[in-house]
Amino acid sequence: MSTVVTVDVAVVGAGPAGLAAAVAATETGARVAVVDAGNQPGGQFWRHAPETGNPGTADVQPHGHHGWSTYLDLRARFDAARSAGRITYLPGLQVWMAQHSGDAFVLRTTAAVASSGATPATVAADRLVLCPGGYDRQLPIPGWDLPGVMAAGGIQAFIKANGVLPGKRFVIAGTGPFLLPVAAGIAEAGGKVLAVLESSSPSAWLPHLRAAAGVPGKALEGMAYAAVFARHRIPYRTRNIVTEILGTDRAEGVRTARVDAAGRVRPGTARTYADVDVVGFGWGFTPQLELPVSLGVETRLDADGSLVGIVDERQQSSVPGLYLAGEVTGVGGATLAVLEGLAAGAAAARPESDVPVKQPAAIARHRRFAQAMHHAHPVPAAWQDWLSPDTTVCRCEEVTAGEITEARDQLGARDIRSLKSFTRAGMGWCQGRVCGFASACLSAGPGQMPDAGSLASSAKRPLAAPVGIGELAAQDG
Amino acid sequence: MNTQPVTISFDGRPLAAAAGQSVGAALASQGITAWRSTRKGGKPRGLFCGIGVCFDCLVTVDGEPNQRACLVEACDGMEVEGS
Amino acid sequence: MTHGSDVLVIGAGVIGAATAYFAARQGLSVTVLDKGLPASGTSSACEGNILVSDKELGPELELTRYSLGVWHHDLEEHKKLWEFDSKGGIIVASRESSLASLHRVMAVQKSYGVDVEELDQSALRDAEPHISPEALGGASYREDCQVQPMLVAAHLVRLATEAGARFIADCPVSGFLGSGPDGGRVTGVRTPRGDFPAGAVVNCTGTWAGELAAMAGVEVPVLPRRGFVIVTEPLPAMIRHKVYAAEYIDNVGSSDAGLQASPVVEGTPAGSILIGSSRERVGFDRTVSTAALGLLARNATALFPFLKDVKAIRHYHGFRPYCPDHLPVIGHDDRAPGLWHAAGHEGAGIGLSAGTGKLLAQALAGLTPDMDLSPFAPARFSAPGKHTPVHREEATA
Repeated sequence: MSTVVTVDVAVVGAGPAGLAAAVAATETGARVAVVDAGNQPGGQFWRHAPETGNPGTADVQPHGHHGWSTYLDLRARFDAARSAGRITYLPGLQVWMAQHSGDAFVLRTTAAVASSGATPATVAADRLVLCPGGYDRQLPIPGWDLPGVMAAGGIQAFIKANGVLPGKRFVIAGTGPFLLPVAAGIAEAGGKVLAVLESSSPSAWLPHLRAAAGVPGKALEGMAYAAVFARHRIPYRTRNIVTEILGTDRAEGVRTARVDAAGRVRPGTARTYADVDVVGFGWGFTPQLELPVSLGVETRLDADGSLVGIVDERQQSSVPGLYLAGEVTGVGGATLAVLEGLAAGAAAARPESDVPVKQPAAIARHRRFAQAMHHAHPVPAAWQDWLSPDTTVCRCEEVTAGEITEARDQLGARDIRSLKSFTRAGMGWCQGRVCGFASACLSAGPGQMPDAGSLASSAKRPLAAPVGIGELAAQDG
Repeated sequence: MNTQPVTISFDGRPLAAAAGQSVGAALASQGITAWRSTRKGGKPRGLFCGIGVCFDCLVTVDGEPNQRACLVEACDGMEVEGS
Repeated sequence: MTHGSDVLVIGAGVIGAATAYFAARQGLSVTVLDKGLPASGTSSACEGNILVSDKELGPELELTRYSLGVWHHDLEEHKKLWEFDSKGGIIVASRESSLASLHRVMAVQKSYGVDVEELDQSALRDAEPHISPEALGGASYREDCQVQPMLVAAHLVRLATEAGARFIADCPVSGFLGSGPDGGRVTGVRTPRGDFPAGAVVNCTGTWAGELAAMAGVEVPVLPRRGFVIVTEPLPAMIRHKVYAAEYIDNVGSSDAGLQASPVVEGTPAGSILIGSSRERVGFDRTVSTAALGLLARNATALFPFLKDVKAIRHYHGFRPYCPDHLPVIGHDDRAPGLWHAAGHEGAGIGLSAGTGKLLAQALAGLTPDMDLSPFAPARFSAPGKHTPVHREEATA
């Protein structure tokens, strides 16, 4: 058996929400353990170059980081609590199973990287705060399985962690405000962004500006990107999509087209960008729901079509003692994640008291802004029309769109569970993390979006991370 | 950014990298975009999600198979093999 | 609806799908109802075994061999649809005592015509190069096969509909027509989507069969027995057969309600290795058991040591529908005329489905079935003491 760390509050994740939750919980008097897959705090949003052997790196703001001062403040408080022995920090570990037995939560972990030397520990806690974040939502596009095609967030993470670019000439496509910092980060790091293709339209923002107006920081952020775009002459083309990635054994170019409001391709608008070596895609984000779902948390469909956990005003889920913060309660960005993390950490540390939620008005305002963004940047209703029968949908098991629609139409695979059984879509290494949303859309039918039940079924991953059979063999209870 | 140079090997060939850089980044910055073939179609694969979610970028590191190149930090003398 | 079907099948798992397929091919008008979609119960949470090697001598073995013939002949043309794989099974003994037990079992099986061949240590290593050095010997069963069970159910439903059957999904049965507290002939079923009259109603609802039978006022003691299976990362072919351990033979007749696990390890066409299979009588509890996962992993690595460095990417569990005497319930229920059952196949339902469906279809059509169904008679549970065989535990899901 691995060592058991017993604490009052366990926090999963050390990104904006997790760091905030850990700091708030410890400052409210709880003994805290933080389990994180990363080797150092920050998560995806505050990802930065390795600190090992580089004291002081954390003080230098890398490219494209917003809210870095917030990070430095939380990090200082986190480090102080660690030094004082009030936070047990367990980096480099992934939770492969979370259990709730009796009054305690138990987290079983495994090293994220075999050679990292991270020693798996079992964490037992009275309360649990899950802050697992999310990752870029993807739609299959003909040619998207060619090397050189990446998740937009993957490109950003690459730059933040490594300080270099994964290529020279980029096209960034999809929908949502996140495409802007990705493109700006590439340009600032010396890459050429040939175009940013946004399937939605800025005019779609207008009805939602009232909600957005309450968050001036966001507007400033937008203006900063506008300046970067102007300086680097990055074309921002709305109502445009990539219809195909060209190339034989790697991405060499893209074909694009204009679309209408529903995402239908407008005939005669095809255009080709040649000499492209990296294509980045992002269609919003998918919150990582497997741990909440495995613990029985009640879920709902958010405005962006994502499955999210339901929480009360203290960030507590439907499972008593289990708190959620950050993207798992609704994709809303780092500022909101920090606010939620602070509320969740404080509440988890003192569940019996009525600690007032810090900045409830700010949380509400950021949620309204996030909703506005979701409405302004929907997944195009007609996206399934872009597929050809031989387009790969499940990258792991190499299942094509044709195989999926055949299973749906011939064998009645009208839910994600049947679809997985019949086609193996979502059954491979990533367990449907990448293709889950698209497969759920396809099983629901042309033009359809998946309901909460289908996405919950897709998020059911009895092992939340791959774990060695040898490690399983050491489990005896 | 740490620029301390290290040398790893990729499929037996020496490859310059920076300490702490991910193996995926070390490969990509040398123009190597694919290092694995899929089981069914034999299609080339490299980095995709970049954050450990998709498992497209699997490599063998010092004999340990199926490691995510986007997560493994390069260090001097590390032997990396594609599949 | 105004006029009914000849046959109404409740449940679109493999048993219901096979029954519908063969009934439709007999020229009967068939309606299949399922409370969800095809293969959403035990059929989707098993290993797809068609095994001869682990069967109890007697009616179970007879039905198994009959069913194997149906898979190979009647269903031959569709084999590719459900990834039929004649991979063969190997039982491995790692202790002198279990090797001796295995030899005794083989001798009896041979006398019943089972195709079994002894493997000495080197023949075993030729057959399975990665087997543990501790393995002393084994037995090879060439007749053991495997299918992808969800595809079997889904395609048999599709083929049945092509032969004229009607399939209605998301249609749970809420009661029977005709049968009341006083009994009386079952003449169809009630559902939220209306009444479905039928000449014969077939209960193919697996672990739910007892619940359904109770609605008609009869007892069919089908109970759930939980099993976990671990799925590994995809690998190059390392394990060629369905390999399981002989140690369970030492525990013949165990009726322990607690956790037991016999190692069953096999490769799949997708590259993943399946590691089964535990047995627990815990009702319909879906709580993940780390104890069960740990036991499976320890057993599997004892058989194939290389597995300790292999990663698990998923696990699943299912509920085997079992009867106290470990025989399925197949045939007309004389206590509730018009009601038939085909359920309680425990861990052997996939293998037995083809034969069960064909035999039942013959009986439903008024023909004499190819094989005597009386050992499987539903009414046997009403006559306590008449049927008390000692059966050993199923080895596999």
